[in-house]
Amino acid sequence: MPRTIIEKLWDSHVVFARAGAPTLLHIDLHLVHEVTSPQAFQGLRERGLKVRRPDLTIATADHSIPTSDRSLPILDEIAAKQLAQLEANCAEFGIRCLGIHSDQQGIVHVIGPELGLTQPGMTVVCGDSHTATHGAFGALAFGIGTSEVENVLASQCLLQRPSRTFQVRVDGTLKPGVTAKDIILALIARIGVGGGTSSIFEFTGSAIRALSMEERMTVCNMSIEGGARAGLIAPDDATFQYLHGRPHAPKGAAWDAALASWKRLPTDEGAVYDRTVSIDADSLEPMITYGTNPGMGLAIGAALPDPAQLSDPLQRDSVTKALKYMGLEGGKPLLGHPIDVVFIGSCTNSRISDLRVAAGLLKGRKVSTKVRVMVVPGSQEVKRQAIAEGLPEIFRAAGCEWREPGCSMCIAMNGDQLAPGQYSVSTSNRNFEGRQGKGGRTFLASPLTAAASAITGVVTDVRTVL
Amino acid sequence: MKPFTDFESRIVPLPLNNIDTDQIIPARFLKTTSKLGLDAQLFCDWRYDALGRPNPDFILNQPRVRGAQVLLAGDNFGCGSSREHAPWALTQFGFRAVISTSFADIFRQNSLKNSLLPIAIPADAHAELLAAVAANPDATVAIDLARQTLTLPGGRKVEFPVDEFSKHCLLEGVDELGYILQQEPAIAAFEAQHPATINALA
Repeated sequence: MPRTIIEKLWDSHVVFARAGAPTLLHIDLHLVHEVTSPQAFQGLRERGLKVRRPDLTIATADHSIPTSDRSLPILDEIAAKQLAQLEANCAEFGIRCLGIHSDQQGIVHVIGPELGLTQPGMTVVCGDSHTATHGAFGALAFGIGTSEVENVLASQCLLQRPSRTFQVRVDGTLKPGVTAKDIILALIARIGVGGGTSSIFEFTGSAIRALSMEERMTVCNMSIEGGARAGLIAPDDATFQYLHGRPHAPKGAAWDAALASWKRLPTDEGAVYDRTVSIDADSLEPMITYGTNPGMGLAIGAALPDPAQLSDPLQRDSVTKALKYMGLEGGKPLLGHPIDVVFIGSCTNSRISDLRVAAGLLKGRKVSTKVRVMVVPGSQEVKRQAIAEGLPEIFRAAGCEWREPGCSMCIAMNGDQLAPGQYSVSTSNRNFEGRQGKGGRTFLASPLTAAASAITGVVTDVRTVL
Repeated sequence: MKPFTDFESRIVPLPLNNIDTDQIIPARFLKTTSKLGLDAQLFCDWRYDALGRPNPDFILNQPRVRGAQVLLAGDNFGCGSSREHAPWALTQFGFRAVISTSFADIFRQNSLKNSLLPIAIPADAHAELLAAVAANPDATVAIDLARQTLTLPGGRKVEFPVDEFSKHCLLEGVDELGYILQQEPAIAAFEAQHPATINALA
């Protein structure tokens, strides 16, 4: 019977299955960070358990880490304690930790692929909902809670219930100014933040095939914002080329063997999905969110929804509450709305290609004097590459801040945050109330839209400044 | 985990769709290395104003809901991050169940591991319950996990889904790890047949 890649990945990782219980899946790669792991390590300690597979586990510090000068002490004592705890836990349990002073430190979803740890056919977990990023390689990658982090540390296994298969088919060609970020924002605007609940997305179609690996990561990254448990893209030559030669990628005969098995992963002809949604890439426009969840998005030139036009009372209340929080009026356009901050970074859009795109637009220009622009590379490796290409000089000359790698203002745990009432155009993944700082207001968009808005100081259609 | 027992409780209505984990507990409180002390931060940015004073309009600050153990929320409750701090904060505040029309997957799984029962009911029953609470804030629901029924204030019994395995864990007060570790022979056999393709220590 023909199978989807989702079913193939599932079938090849079943350790134990019996009726009436979730299936026990083996995990090939477990990524750990400082925020969701301390209580899991403490659980192991209390039960007298060890980490079963330190060779399949790797940690880094990203969420609460400052993005200012790393040679200085961390001023936030609670964050400093959490970061020290990660290093201590990793030392105690024999896990490699790419901590605050490692030259391989970075956002967990940036470094896994970068080091070649993330490979096609794998199961990947992390105590972080954006783990779906790794699905870009044809891996089955789940975000998990801290209890599950503890379970995986102890057993290298995860209990999982079957998911529905959900094909997101994107055919056609993206127009200039329209990016991978706009594909995923358009999907979420269409199906809603709960649209993918209990499902795993497989992104297919010619527009997906045309994306680079980094762009594919942007798409898969926000699967969770569509409610899905995971999102993935079948591997192809772009995947193999990206991986070849990376530090942890197979070498020599092992590469040839791996390649042969990876080529068997794509969905079989005739396989059936539980649901399919089709998106026409040619008709996509740059997208932006206006509200307080990532499903509240629209084409950048469109008018905001008018709550009075919504019939469902809870939906009307949600939009009304969102517009009130955002200080916006229904029915009006978002274009031209003044902003205070632009954030270019996060596990969604902090890779070298994202920085190149932003720098390309900012080169020889100045950002608005009214706007603080933060550029936060995803990892030390991204930072090194950017320096080699002269990108920090371009950003600084334009008036942007060039910072150290981390999650930064995506989650605002480390002091990088909006002041109450401030507006940002952000390349991150969440626009929830207070996400970028208590009282802060977030418009999610692509790096191109963010850079364009940085120049003008207002929400801007990048196509007008290309 | 304590075994989950049947109970009857008044209800805290919070009828908004897509309540995300950043509202349940804002990220700035995730710098803790403990599971404890999170009840004070539950719904922090809705509960307190900029000066840290309780916001009298927010439902959790209203004396009439004191002691209620059931939260009644809108669709897709718990969307957003994987932070288990969300169910930790809810249970430490005193909640034992959340009723909605649907839950985000990771939140649902995290809740089941912490004796917090996510009860998904059909839209008509949800609307009936919201109306009943609006009419009488002291209205109660009864929760019977073994029979998977929620009894609405008017007496209507509504069935809700819970997978057999989670139900067993909740009723017995046991966690998953014991079950997983019992499968050691199967795990060892799988690993023997599937040599690792990476070595993160190398």
